[in-house]
Amino acid sequence: MACKEAEMADNLGTSPDEVQFRFRDDEPVDHGTVTVDAALDQTNATAVRIEPGDDARALLPFLERLALVEVNFPAFGDGRGYSSARILREAGYVGELRAVGDVLIDQLNHMRRCGFDSFAPDNRLDEEDALRAFATWDNVYQRAADPGQSGRRTIAEQRHEA
Amino acid sequence: MKILTGNDLRSGAVTWWNGTGWSLFVDDAVDVGDEVEEILAREVATRRVNVPYAIEASIDASGHVRPAHIKDRVRALGPTVRRDLAVPTADKTGWDWVI
Amino acid sequence: MYQYDQYDQAMVDARVEEFRDQARRRLEGKLTEDQFKPLRLMNGLYLQLHAYMLRVAIPYGTLNARQMETLADIAEKYDRGYGHFTTRQNIQYNWIKLEDAADILADLAKVEMHAIQTSGNCIRNISSDHFAGAAADEVVDPRPYAELLRQWSSFHPEFTYLPRKFKIAVIASANDRAAMRLHDIGIRIVSREGKIGAEFYAGGGMGRTPMIAPMIRDFVPLDQLITYAEAALRVYNRYGRRDNKYKARIKILVHELGAAEYTRQVEEEFAHMLSVGVEPPLAELERIRTHFSDPAFVDGPKTIDRSNPDFALWVDRNTHRHKHDAHVSAVISLKPVGGIPGDATADQMRLVARLAKQYSFDELRVMHTQNLLLPHVRIADLHALWSALDAAGLGAPNTDTIEDIIACPGLDYCSLANARSIPLAQRISERFAQAGRTEVVGELKLKISGCINACGHHHAGHIGILGVDKKGTENYQLSLGGSEAEDVSLAKITGPGFDEDGVIAAVEKVTDVYLATRADGERFLDTYRRIGMEPFKEALYG
Repeated sequence: MACKEAEMADNLGTSPDEVQFRFRDDEPVDHGTVTVDAALDQTNATAVRIEPGDDARALLPFLERLALVEVNFPAFGDGRGYSSARILREAGYVGELRAVGDVLIDQLNHMRRCGFDSFAPDNRLDEEDALRAFATWDNVYQRAADPGQSGRRTIAEQRHEA
Repeated sequence: MKILTGNDLRSGAVTWWNGTGWSLFVDDAVDVGDEVEEILAREVATRRVNVPYAIEASIDASGHVRPAHIKDRVRALGPTVRRDLAVPTADKTGWDWVI
Repeated sequence: MYQYDQYDQAMVDARVEEFRDQARRRLEGKLTEDQFKPLRLMNGLYLQLHAYMLRVAIPYGTLNARQMETLADIAEKYDRGYGHFTTRQNIQYNWIKLEDAADILADLAKVEMHAIQTSGNCIRNISSDHFAGAAADEVVDPRPYAELLRQWSSFHPEFTYLPRKFKIAVIASANDRAAMRLHDIGIRIVSREGKIGAEFYAGGGMGRTPMIAPMIRDFVPLDQLITYAEAALRVYNRYGRRDNKYKARIKILVHELGAAEYTRQVEEEFAHMLSVGVEPPLAELERIRTHFSDPAFVDGPKTIDRSNPDFALWVDRNTHRHKHDAHVSAVISLKPVGGIPGDATADQMRLVARLAKQYSFDELRVMHTQNLLLPHVRIADLHALWSALDAAGLGAPNTDTIEDIIACPGLDYCSLANARSIPLAQRISERFAQAGRTEVVGELKLKISGCINACGHHHAGHIGILGVDKKGTENYQLSLGGSEAEDVSLAKITGPGFDEDGVIAAVEKVTDVYLATRADGERFLDTYRRIGMEPFKEALYG
């Protein structure tokens, strides 16, 4: 495990061609990411990678200069990355938010709702199944970091629209 | 001896490896010796069985296969409190050794 | 009762199709069992000892006759003619096929039911007081708040892969009939200076490390309820332990941080969440509340004819005071002497559905004690109701007695169990009934779990029994002094365990000690609390 982490530190991050789904029009960042700790030490880092145990709020002081935040899911059952994503969006982060690692079909919809707008799964997903997963729900019960938040009214809000 | 058991992927029914396939009846179970890993890997891939595993068992005087652990004995026959729902052709004398 | 609108219906319908697709991908080999397992669990589908098991949600334990009839139909069409009601007000079917599961969910959706999040590391079915909307002692009906939480927690994008499962109970009475403080979050709706709000408790639970939830907030205003819950969950999702499955429940986080520090973190997150704005409009709570307005109660007799002693005993044991004095709530015991606690046949479910239509404004409840309840029965109708129940074997007058045993499915059905629970419950109820001791002993809550996960609530039993594996044979530990009610306490182990016959004899011995020692009006639990463990130990091991 420690060995694997060390390996990754040398070559951190996913490249744009590993991204299978991207819901943005801007040019993707073409260089690797640094760890949260490294980002705190460098004043010029523009791409960061968040591991499950990292505190996403550590990035809040320099959100404006970030163009890419990767959130790693080493195992799909570890849901901390969902909170990290929402926290960044709640703080106004508008850059690319990429889910990487053990990203599977059935987590895509929730990830999108938490603010992820690009996806680089370890194993390429069935395109058709994935697009169906993104479109599973016409409506939502909760306010979250859904894309176009102001445009997506929750069910409760729609019920009480004047 | 070592035998293999699991649940049928589609129906969930308890099944036992009989050497060529998966039987509903524990008495069909065969000793797999040291081929456990090989058979399990192959059978999981065919998706006929779900989460199969190897257990210890013995054959009693009348030729019935008897799993060693109480949990697999309950699986072989059915709930002890609903004997009307027992595995259809299971050995009815089995209730004496389940517990 | 709550009724779905087109949005709620579309959500459950979409979920059925999502699951149908997931099951297809599993059967086609596109999903491994490891990947599929959490998905099927979040739709209530387990793999148990003999087959798949489906757990269907009965939100806050409330359902109508049509829903109960559907549960009966499912038992016959897809299972083996019966179902098992659980301590979290759900129903389980034991003999389900994976290839039928999506069709069952579709049948459920037609009557506004589902199996969403009845398992998995997510927010589970919200449970509540089974007397909600009927009890004379409640501040308000707690179910609108439970429904608001149901909608909020359904498909929550952030809280679907929590460190571990998460159970919430909502009550609105000083009397706790939902084991509220033994939940991950317990909510008590209270009235303060004319305003309704919520007390929040966090970090309770049973399992291998039982804990009583401390209060973390004494008043959350109604228009901040969801926001506060969201904050409490986010702190747990971020900081709950994920290194060890057995330490992953929120109770461990609250315990390790200390209630004060956990509360501080929740309050900090809460302040932030308020600024984000996640609360549904207050009008939504009002809308939900209109679904729970009182039925048209009518005046009538307030007493019964006691000339039939069997009927009188049933009324005394199985009915509960109602807020309207010409009505009562009537418990339908699923604990016939020698029976399987919580099991009901399809025919029994249909009869209960018919009686609910006839005598209880088309409303039914599932109790955490694994019984059913008709919440609003006119006292004038009680005799007719009792006669119908009695004729169907559902008239056992044993609520809260030693025959009213909570028991998990145990090793007869459950793949986690170490020992059987049901045969013990059957034999104990037979032993006490045959000796005529049930009424003599009075209120005594006996709870049996077949493993340390404590689904049978043994930590909260006046008498608790835990089944363990002792070198391949079943062994049972006895504990005394637990309570899930407002006088909540955790039971203590008496000493070395017993075999099956031994633990049944031990239960008799501790009740002997109670009968010989009790002061006037004392329940078993009261006597235990007064005299302590020693006299019981002496009788058992001395």
